[in-house]
Amino acid sequence: MIAHAIVFYIFSLIAIVSAIMVTVSKNTVNSVFFLILDFISISCLFIMIGAEFLGMIMLIVYVGAVAVLFLFVVMMLNVAQQKNEWFNSSGRSSHIPVGLLVSIIIFFELIIVIGGWKYKPDLLDSIAIEINTDLTNTQSLGNVIYTDYIHLFQLSGMVLLVAMIGAIVLTFRQRSGVKRQSYFKQISRDRKDGIELVDVENNKGVKIDA
Amino acid sequence: MAELFIFFEQIYRILFLLIPVLVSVAMIVWLDRRVWAFVQKRRGPNVVGPFGLFQTLADALKYIFKEIIIPASSNKVIFILAPIVTMTLALIAWAVIPFSETFVLADINVGILYLFAVSSLGVYGIIMGGWASNSKYPFLGAIRSAAQMVSYEVSIGVIIINVLLCVGSLNLSDVVLAQKDLWFVIPLFPMFIIFFISALAETNRPPFDLPEAEAELVAGYQTEYSGMMYAMFWLGEYANILLMCAMGSILFLGGWLSPIDLFPFNVIPAPIWLILKILFLFILFALIKAIVPRYRYDQLMKLGWKIFLPFSLIYVVLTASFLMYFDLLPGN
Repeated sequence: MIAHAIVFYIFSLIAIVSAIMVTVSKNTVNSVFFLILDFISISCLFIMIGAEFLGMIMLIVYVGAVAVLFLFVVMMLNVAQQKNEWFNSSGRSSHIPVGLLVSIIIFFELIIVIGGWKYKPDLLDSIAIEINTDLTNTQSLGNVIYTDYIHLFQLSGMVLLVAMIGAIVLTFRQRSGVKRQSYFKQISRDRKDGIELVDVENNKGVKIDA
Repeated sequence: MAELFIFFEQIYRILFLLIPVLVSVAMIVWLDRRVWAFVQKRRGPNVVGPFGLFQTLADALKYIFKEIIIPASSNKVIFILAPIVTMTLALIAWAVIPFSETFVLADINVGILYLFAVSSLGVYGIIMGGWASNSKYPFLGAIRSAAQMVSYEVSIGVIIINVLLCVGSLNLSDVVLAQKDLWFVIPLFPMFIIFFISALAETNRPPFDLPEAEAELVAGYQTEYSGMMYAMFWLGEYANILLMCAMGSILFLGGWLSPIDLFPFNVIPAPIWLILKILFLFILFALIKAIVPRYRYDQLMKLGWKIFLPFSLIYVVLTASFLMYFDLLPGN
């Protein structure tokens, strides 16, 4: 049990420190790397409480895909300069009050959620789904998502689909003058489409219509 | 005291797995070069040791004694971290590979997801190396390889779903045991082919070695690396290739199972079968390196997103409906 506690404290310490470093570090790319470290340690915490499916999905989705996109954006757009300017400017920043407001709201929400869970244990009984402890949590998640709440699941799928189509519509533009390779055209090209034999008269040359 | 004992026992078991993996990575580099040479009617490395077997060790020794150069304008911490990340990620994935029914380091419930997660983290070593070098060619190589690996991971994920539909469990030992009667390579043959090609792309092997396309990008993300750090990238890459071969043989070729459960075959111990299957897949990898020319970048993306992804998605639907119709779904 003591080893369990030590490992828990190590991971949570890493998670908290790296979360602080995300906001504090001046280089944006370093911020993203700290964010990745944060994700990894949180997924380790998930695994420690027995939610191994959630932990692995966290790794695959957030670290394997989302954070890669973050890195892409940060590296390509050179946001590093911008962040430095915010930090070094001596004038009052307009971002601080907004951030403060959001963080206070989130803090109170957390207090409400965790406080209710901690001081009113009968809340736990009001959860609608029965938790079957015999199944692995992959199976029980599957039961909940695909059997009990299938309609909500499909609905959220539709929302994601709409978001995806929206993103495609916003960024898609047909550029003119781009030469694309068409395998069909290439393969179906015949000899007589490509080559024309012309008898050239002496000292006349050939007129090529472009 | 008991916990300490368990701790040391685990360390012993880890070393018992890691050292053979590292040695076989060295041997596999030699095999790769030999197969490559064989196809091109050359001799390949044949001087150091019997058949040139110690060539990789000689190379490694050379790399160890070379000077490590860290570019002045690089981000030093990340620059040094990048090869370490590559190497570590390539090795930790071996923890869940089952070599026989009992011989597996960590028999976890979500083994496949773990493998998938670790292989999707592999892209960080490359991005970190490319960005921290603070130089154009490594950066371009890193961007290319990140896009490539993220794209092909999607199709590998869908292929894994295909296999999982037939197994009904995420545990790798269960995946192998589910193939006792029929290896998945037979009903899921198209998926096996797509998995193999995606594995080539995922490990940056030819014909998808665009991140280190020497004609245009010098050596891609490895350009600024030298000495031991280069060697770590190089070993990590081959360990990843071996891992992909192991994944392919567990998902499709029946892992440690013998092809026929008859006398001369079932005497051979289980780990040997797995190793033979990994070797078979690796020789295919090496042959393809020698035979096929490099893809163009847009062709690579087109193959990943427009051909592999829709096809494997359709196959998921097919597999699911087949299992449903004939009432073969596992787990009920």
